[in-house]
Amino acid sequence: MIVSAELVASEALVPQAATGIFEFSWLLVVLPLLSALVLILFGSQLGRFAPWLGVASMGVITVIGLLLFFAMISLPVSDRLIIDSIYEWFAVGDFVVPVALQLDPLSMSFVLLVTIVGALIHVYSVSYMSHDPNQSRFFAYMNFFVAAMLLLVLADNYLLLYVGWEGVGLASYLLIGFWQYKPSAAAAAKKAFIVNRVGDLGLALSVMVMVFVFGGVTFELIDTEIGSAPSWVPLVLGLLLLLAACGKSAQFPLQSWLLDAMEGPTPVSALIHAATMVTAGVYLVVRSADIYELSNFASNAVLVVALISLLMGAVIGAAKDDIKKVLAGSTMSQIGYMMVAAALGPIGLVFAIFHLITHGFFKSNMFLGAGSVMHALHDEVNMRRYGALRKVMLLTFLTFGAGYLAILGVPPFAGFFSKDSIVEAAFSESLFVGALTTLGAGLTGYYMTRLFVMTFFGKPRWPKDSHPHESGPLMTVPMILLALGSVFAGVVLYSGKRFEQWLEPVTGFIEPVLPFPKLWLEVMLISVVFLGAAIAVWQYRSVSATTPEKVSVLTKAARADLYGDKFNESVLMRPGWSLSESLARFDTHGVDGVVNAVGATAKFTSWRLRRLQTGYIRSYAMFVAVSMVVLMGILVLVLQA
Amino acid sequence: MSADAYLTLAGVLFSIGLAGVMLRRNSIVAFMSIELMLNAANLVFVTAARYWGVIDGQIAAFIVMVVAAAEVVIGLAIIVTIYRTRNSASDDAPNLLRW
Amino acid sequence: MSAEVVLFWIMATTATAGGFGMLISKKSVHSALWLALTMISLALLYVAQGAAFLGVVQVVVYTGAVMMLFLFVLMIIGVDSAEVLVETLQGQRVLAILAAVGFAALLIGGFARSMPGEPIGLAQVDAASGGNVRAIAFSLFSDYVMIFELTAALLITATIGALVLAYRERLGEHRTQRDLSRDRFRSGEDPGPLPAPGTYARHNAVDTPALLPDGSLATNSVPSPMIARGTVRPIDVAAAEEVRQIAEGKDL
Repeated sequence: MIVSAELVASEALVPQAATGIFEFSWLLVVLPLLSALVLILFGSQLGRFAPWLGVASMGVITVIGLLLFFAMISLPVSDRLIIDSIYEWFAVGDFVVPVALQLDPLSMSFVLLVTIVGALIHVYSVSYMSHDPNQSRFFAYMNFFVAAMLLLVLADNYLLLYVGWEGVGLASYLLIGFWQYKPSAAAAAKKAFIVNRVGDLGLALSVMVMVFVFGGVTFELIDTEIGSAPSWVPLVLGLLLLLAACGKSAQFPLQSWLLDAMEGPTPVSALIHAATMVTAGVYLVVRSADIYELSNFASNAVLVVALISLLMGAVIGAAKDDIKKVLAGSTMSQIGYMMVAAALGPIGLVFAIFHLITHGFFKSNMFLGAGSVMHALHDEVNMRRYGALRKVMLLTFLTFGAGYLAILGVPPFAGFFSKDSIVEAAFSESLFVGALTTLGAGLTGYYMTRLFVMTFFGKPRWPKDSHPHESGPLMTVPMILLALGSVFAGVVLYSGKRFEQWLEPVTGFIEPVLPFPKLWLEVMLISVVFLGAAIAVWQYRSVSATTPEKVSVLTKAARADLYGDKFNESVLMRPGWSLSESLARFDTHGVDGVVNAVGATAKFTSWRLRRLQTGYIRSYAMFVAVSMVVLMGILVLVLQA
Repeated sequence: MSADAYLTLAGVLFSIGLAGVMLRRNSIVAFMSIELMLNAANLVFVTAARYWGVIDGQIAAFIVMVVAAAEVVIGLAIIVTIYRTRNSASDDAPNLLRW
Repeated sequence: MSAEVVLFWIMATTATAGGFGMLISKKSVHSALWLALTMISLALLYVAQGAAFLGVVQVVVYTGAVMMLFLFVLMIIGVDSAEVLVETLQGQRVLAILAAVGFAALLIGGFARSMPGEPIGLAQVDAASGGNVRAIAFSLFSDYVMIFELTAALLITATIGALVLAYRERLGEHRTQRDLSRDRFRSGEDPGPLPAPGTYARHNAVDTPALLPDGSLATNSVPSPMIARGTVRPIDVAAAEEVRQIAEGKDL
């Protein structure tokens, strides 16, 4: 379904060696890794200073990232592909895998997103986790996560990317299960890791295919050689990479872990499960755009998966009472948008990253706001016990509101530009895809409004003695900064087609062609969103403090995550369980049975045979005589023959 | 005459001695059966000496007799000792090495 | 029909008879005697085969010494120990007989014809040395001297072994006559000598038991082997009546 439109002339990138400031790009990965190590080993000695070490390393990283960014801007466009080779990891014959970092507009965008948002969330966490006894461990894990994420986006070959991929998976597991003593948290961490693993399988297999077909795994090699590969290669690689992306980005069918991942502390949800890790899948697909371009089937598969996830996340989020789970469902849905854009090829790749960045701002903004609300109400997550919080927490209300408007796509907030561009690209592809994305936008309006209304409006439903109050400056300042991003990032990046021009050398860009005027699109979108919001406002003008039991089938299904868990259980878990059970049974009865039978047989035979030891000489003499007769008989027969 | 008959006789005597060892329960009688077997072997030796015309067979028979004498001495001493401990000469008595 | 053949068949018969006799005698002394018969027959067969020295040695050493040794031991152990003919082990008897018969069949069938043709005979060998004894002597002390020496050592060892086995260490203190006497009186039994047989009886044969004053038999007046053998003479009832009358003081 790739529309062949006019290809806007894109300047080809020529790889450059790292010089000057770019030679220090490895600090981006190593510094947080070092600080994580120090925090793990000496965290208890550092005491109250520990969180600040984590924040400090993030600060340094951000500065370095900005320096690199400005250095890159000062370069001519064709020079914006810098390979910083650190060392050669290993070489097997012709197959060489370097440890090298690739700095180009795509990776730089991610670097800025990860470092800026990450630094702000680290500052927020100092206050949020101040009562936790294990702060040093928390910040160690967070720093480790940032190191792994940066490695992921900066790697110049798929194998090094895989290292970062695994690293963020590990960090996610550690952070979801940070409060290990909670069985639900431990189970959620396990679930996340295991489902991730299924995706990792896809990535590993794709690396193997690459080595087999191309003899190497660097992006450069793949991008140049993919054109001349046999026709099955892009298809297989595309599907495998899609599997990997689904695992990491919680897209259908590997989405079941994301809602459970909300067991972790809220800063974790903000950083990992909203802004960065879950977007790694999108990064992978965009980075491998050359592969998807060559396989219609793979691109269509991505599109289908993305559309399903888009709608599924929205439906699930609309029925949940847990504020974090609503936001998680929303994340799943928004990533679906990004994947839709990525699947559409060069007409949408830029917008996928665009939306990724704006989403990073407004979603983490909303998560931090949710954390603020939870802190005020003693970690209560059920929205049915919120209500009228705008009167008590004005700052949180305003910042959250900025994120809310952004995600709805109200102009001129950030989401308006990014989401509308995606819908535009969708419509230029096909009316059906465009319609579905529009429906998603409406649903987004509905559930986000529901959340907003239940939390900040209406009558207070919280217990009288809670005394919710606004959070301290360490929490509110990051929220304000992120809110500013939610408000202005769109305008800044979109105006003058700045972002398209920035990213175009990497992904290519084709102007989408709409079958109808753009103004109609915008009007339609706004109306659909407004309609969804209005329905939500009317439905939740009064909120019951307890969850209603009599609800529609769809609501029941949505509350059960659209039976995703049930499906996993019955199709995957139970057969596996019964297989291992039968194997265990086979081992105890079968294998052990054989072994025991050998022992029992030996016992039985020896019991019988011992009767020969009568103790009487004459019976022994008889045995001798009988054997002699037999042997001699044989001898005589042989001699005569 | 030919040696066949002597050999046959020796075989018969040997088998009788063998049967005696297996069937008699009195240790002394069993011992006597062993002596009978030795005598049968001696007969074969002597027959062979005559058949081949060499004296070595007789020498062998002689040595067998000496050894049998020594063996009888020790064997009977053992039987007497067992009798003293067990108060019975029956072969069934010393059956402690059984299962 | 030479003399040797006749001799062989007679001796073979007696030897086999002796073997079977030894096999199936109930009393062990009888078995020993049957075996002696077999050995003497074999001695004669040796002589018939030209082994004169060996034949004499068989009689002197084997029959005369070894079999006598057997008989001595039988007497130490007890001649009256008769063996029960019921076999305790299942299947032993059948299998044993089968094995023996099978063995005999194999020996005879397989090896009886291993020396075909006429024997060479020992005449030449004997003549070369000047007699059977000399022939054996020459061979024994030249070719087989090592075996001879070893057998001599064996005999010595056997003697010492017999001494060791028969030696009974004194486990307690040596009991003097005083000790024995004191025990005899302390035991409470009648310390006097056993009654002689035939007391108060008309006969004084060893096999006649003495009568106690009330007319009953004094069992300790007759040697116990006699009681075991059942050869005690029964008392005369009339004599017992007479004794009673005498005891009551009536005049006869």
